[in-house]
Amino acid sequence: MRKVVDKIMEIVFLVLACVSIVAVVLVCYFMFSRGIPAIKQIGFGEFITGKIWKPTYDYFGILPMIVGSLLVTAGALVIGVPVGIFMAVFMARFCPPVIYKIANPIVNLLAGIPSIIYGFFGMMIVVPFVREHIGGKGYSILSASIILGIMILPTIISVSEAAIKAVPESYYEGALALGATKEISVFKTVLPAAKSGIMAAVTLGIGRAIGETMAVQMVVGNQARLPHSILDGVRTLTTNIVTEMGYAADLHREALIATGVVLFVFILIINLLLAFIKRRKD
Amino acid sequence: MKMRGKISSVILRIAMYVSAGLTAAALLFILGYILVKGIPNLASPGLFAWEYTSDNVSLVPAAINTLMLVALALVMSIPFGIGSAIYLTEYAKKGNKFVSVIRVTTETLSGIPSIIYGLFGMLFFVTALKWQYSILAGAATVAIMVLPTIMRTTEEALLAVPDSFREASLALGAGKLRTIFKIVLPSAMPGILSGVILAIGRMVGETAALLYTSGAVASVAKGVMSPGRTLAIHMYTISSEAFHTNQTFATAVVLLVVVFILNTLASFVAKKLTKK
Repeated sequence: MRKVVDKIMEIVFLVLACVSIVAVVLVCYFMFSRGIPAIKQIGFGEFITGKIWKPTYDYFGILPMIVGSLLVTAGALVIGVPVGIFMAVFMARFCPPVIYKIANPIVNLLAGIPSIIYGFFGMMIVVPFVREHIGGKGYSILSASIILGIMILPTIISVSEAAIKAVPESYYEGALALGATKEISVFKTVLPAAKSGIMAAVTLGIGRAIGETMAVQMVVGNQARLPHSILDGVRTLTTNIVTEMGYAADLHREALIATGVVLFVFILIINLLLAFIKRRKD
Repeated sequence: MKMRGKISSVILRIAMYVSAGLTAAALLFILGYILVKGIPNLASPGLFAWEYTSDNVSLVPAAINTLMLVALALVMSIPFGIGSAIYLTEYAKKGNKFVSVIRVTTETLSGIPSIIYGLFGMLFFVTALKWQYSILAGAATVAIMVLPTIMRTTEEALLAVPDSFREASLALGAGKLRTIFKIVLPSAMPGILSGVILAIGRMVGETAALLYTSGAVASVAKGVMSPGRTLAIHMYTISSEAFHTNQTFATAVVLLVVVFILNTLASFVAKKLTKK
């Protein structure tokens, strides 16, 4: 009797364990099956490389949004990656325990702030600051990059820190023994050894930045056009969806879902990249 | 050579201090700004009234909707999350192909941005299953979103339970199932709990996944099949109405405090686990 119950429960747990597989299959199925017909109707080339997005006149080109997403993500990396890696090295190697006790919660709190609050902060502080001191209307690639740069910091810091801490102590001691300073030992021997972990951190940061919606939407301006400078407003793939989904119908609505498909493909590529980095590390 | 090494060492150290300073400054600035502007506005008339009107923009109905949505989402995600973790740690054999498929899909789920979950929820729960904009559709959407969090933390907690516990229980004649429920799960409880609390924090702060699944109706949902906005969506909606800036700050304070209490609680509970 007990054997039977045990066996039944094993099957129950097995079925429960299938949920993530089912979820991924469902998400893929619904995204692709609802998005691809629209891409076919608009024409793949027209959709991906079209520079004009005017749904009321049947212009569905999302090149400006693809460029917008790539630009704000690149901007976020320029701001977030150097600060994040230096902070990670500091926390893993140079930080006195007393300061670590403060630094660690700081990183966790940054990770916990909801994106809507980042967006609101950006709208009230960053946008006016950019408008008054740097130029343009404020709602811009620059503002979005600053907010996203802060938002990806905790991801980059915590993943890099773990990678740096996993490097064997002997690397560091070897460099010290050869007469290098503490700083040089860490940056020239420990950091290169943690390279794949840091690459994973940056890739995760890219994924977070390119997929962020609400915070970007509140600061990026949302003009569907190719920008000329970082002070111009743009629209990203994510904000295209969230801005127009509320009132879109028919082909317009499907084109927004297709925008989601393009974003989804970007994310899947990033996931693959991440899996590749992890495998190489093992 | 020696001199150059010294100089670059100093530069590197300065770069680290500057980065640490910037990170801390970013947090303090955001927190300080929201709290300073928001706390005085908590006294805005009617902000905590039972009924929402477009004048008082009360956050109470949204808070009630949030509770409802989170509770419902937990009911859906906890059995699956914990069940999967139990299968992975207690039953599956090492090197099993099926296990690696589960791991790959879980990692995929954790990399999907919330707007994609929102679109999926809209296409599947709202449209295909005809649930309309409803608390149920929103809850199901975020339940999938937090699944990887619950699975991963539960798995870590189960793995941290020493094998001797299991062996002792089996040696005393308990079956596998009894061992899992009476010995393994109770010892892993703090870890599981901290994962669940983290998941709650993420759901409370979520906007993009809920905007087109649970809807943006400002009153208390009449049931799980009715639409209703959560606190985060409420904040988003009133932030785009220019004349409610003060109330937006106050709502931001409430949201921030709730999320921080949840996150602190999660790490506190998790710490209790590691102390043992």
